[in-house]
Amino acid sequence: MSTTSANPTPLGAVLNTTRAPTGARVVEPLLPDLLLTQEHQMCPGCGEPLAVRCYLDVLAELGVANRSIAVAGIGCYTSFSGTIDLDLVQALHGRAPSVATGVKRMLPDSIVMTLQGDGDMVNEGLQEVLHTAARGESITVVLLNNGVFGETGGHMTATSVIGQRTKNSLDGRDPSYHGYPILIGDLIAQLQGAAYVARGSVHNAGAVARTKKMFRRAFEAQINREGFSFVEVLTMCPTGWFIPTREGPQYMTETLGEVHIMGELKVDGRVHTTEEIHAENVARQTEIEAQLARGGLDTEG
Amino acid sequence: MSLASPTGTPAGRSLMEGSEALVRAAIAAGCRFFAGYPMTPFTEVLEHFARLLPDAGGVCVNAESELEAVGMAWGALATGARAATGSTGQGLSLMQESFSEITLAELPLVIFNMARGQQDYYQATRGGGHGDYRHIVLAPQDVAEGVELVQLAFHLADKWRNPVLIYGDYLLAHTQESISVERIDFAEPLPPKTWAVDGSTSGSGRSKSVTPLGVAKHGQPAMGQEGKAQYGATKIPFMEREVRSESEWLDDAETVIVAFGSPAKFVKYAIKQLRAAGHRIGYVRPITLWPFPYEAVAAAARGPHVQRVGSFELCAGQMIDDVRIGVAGAAPVHFIGGVSTDGSGFGVGRILDVEQVTARVLALHQGVEQPTVPGYETFGYEIQPHQMEPTR
Ligand code: SF4
Repeated sequence: MSTTSANPTPLGAVLNTTRAPTGARVVEPLLPDLLLTQEHQMCPGCGEPLAVRCYLDVLAELGVANRSIAVAGIGCYTSFSGTIDLDLVQALHGRAPSVATGVKRMLPDSIVMTLQGDGDMVNEGLQEVLHTAARGESITVVLLNNGVFGETGGHMTATSVIGQRTKNSLDGRDPSYHGYPILIGDLIAQLQGAAYVARGSVHNAGAVARTKKMFRRAFEAQINREGFSFVEVLTMCPTGWFIPTREGPQYMTETLGEVHIMGELKVDGRVHTTEEIHAENVARQTEIEAQLARGGLDTEG
Repeated sequence: MSLASPTGTPAGRSLMEGSEALVRAAIAAGCRFFAGYPMTPFTEVLEHFARLLPDAGGVCVNAESELEAVGMAWGALATGARAATGSTGQGLSLMQESFSEITLAELPLVIFNMARGQQDYYQATRGGGHGDYRHIVLAPQDVAEGVELVQLAFHLADKWRNPVLIYGDYLLAHTQESISVERIDFAEPLPPKTWAVDGSTSGSGRSKSVTPLGVAKHGQPAMGQEGKAQYGATKIPFMEREVRSESEWLDDAETVIVAFGSPAKFVKYAIKQLRAAGHRIGYVRPITLWPFPYEAVAAAARGPHVQRVGSFELCAGQMIDDVRIGVAGAAPVHFIGGVSTDGSGFGVGRILDVEQVTARVLALHQGVEQPTVPGYETFGYEIQPHQMEPTR
């Protein structure tokens, strides 16, 4: 394939990132809070770095970073273990909630959270997360759910949706052959020990802002010792979904997002029904459209 | 055996169950976290931790399975606390994946195995998990020694940043003995646990991680996967220095018996009686199963009068491999133990009886066939016609 092309790429002219545009100047160094470097090893278009940023930003905003401990599972996001500026315990695949329990029981004033993927939590470690939630363990469990084993190269997980093509469901997930996906957030919301359960996403700026609010409420639940808190974030995995990078957000909302419904699933110990969440989502969309009609999004809201 | 000089206020002796004594010893050693799942004959260890740890400022979690139990202990250890878990060999089988990784993460876990007999020798000394690792294994012969070895276990775990396993059994866990549990202060000072995480370095640019992977925080030196594995492997020969054993009556011995744990106490008693009747028999009792006292066994087997070595174990014969390595052909090695359990399956069977043990040691000494156990129905495998010849 030729390196020069008469036709512009669909993305338009490629920015020259090696030289700053004329007139540009450094105002202040922009290193996000609680990251030791901006470099990461994730694929282009991956949702996981965005989700990790949400979580780190909220810890910094709450001012609890210097008593926070993360427990990481095993998945693509494990590469963040070395770059997030948090004391960290590396756990086995699936076992992070138990390891986090041991940490929290010894250090009850610390803020303890796990970082896990759907393969890690919903496949390998399902019983660990359910028991930890039922015990009402005062930790925040974080799930980065992309419905696929990204790290192994795109294999079906327990959250892959019906029809989803993976390397071991080539014609799409068939319930009569592969079974049905587990809606883990909905399952955990039913457990008495769970105080706060939410499912967010990082497919656009509004979703990121909403997910950060979910993290804030989850950490506040832990700080106030209300019980177990759980934030599930739907993340794009264009590599594991076998789609072009820029189609990730749309594919996510049209496949995963249709099954794993986004919203707050349990607040202050009260489970929200799917109808309530739908109604809330519709109201939110109407409000956003109204704001756009008035000339721009209200970023504080 | 000298472990250290016991100091502190001697508490009054009282009659207590072995499990309780082991738990009180763990708490005296500073253990502040325990998680376990009930399984006989280990269950009472969990019960006593659940009862006694909260008053000592600790936590005992009744884990939903062995997988959760070992994971919780892992987390507690990462904060620098002294922590333990345990089960029987069956339950420990479930924990093996974590044992491998906890060892790579250099966390000082103490593991209690109240085993069903001595069938877990391989599991304890070879490990059922993946990777190159060793656990120091301490095998007390009775409750009094258990109280010392449990405290030694916590000390050695911290000294080497490596798991240490206590190999006990039904007798150790359930025998009532008059005992006083006193704290042992080991003469060697231990370095502070600067590697432990408490969240205080989060956000400082110098945050820490406790990990079995060869990775490090950005900007800090990392060993890499291969380097981490090499590092762990090269630690093993140093840990071998912790070898401990007891032996007696080797100067004139024609027969040497090797035995460990509770059954060794029976063996020692039997040999004492046989010596009184003029039989020249001695013994070696490994106190550490890993590192195995190869040199002590080798020295015993090279005694001027030694004609044979016997391995007495309550299983099909596992330690005998190590006995053979130690003896290294200096004398013939015979297995004189056997599978022995009653209907409970808890590893206490008819062979664990002074009369039986004495008869087996004497039969070896006199070069006659091992006696059958009265009333003990044996099931021997019968070879099938299609199995008569090895496949070529
Ligand atoms: S495989 Fe998927 S989850 Fe892993 S880094 Fe790539 S896009 Fe992200």
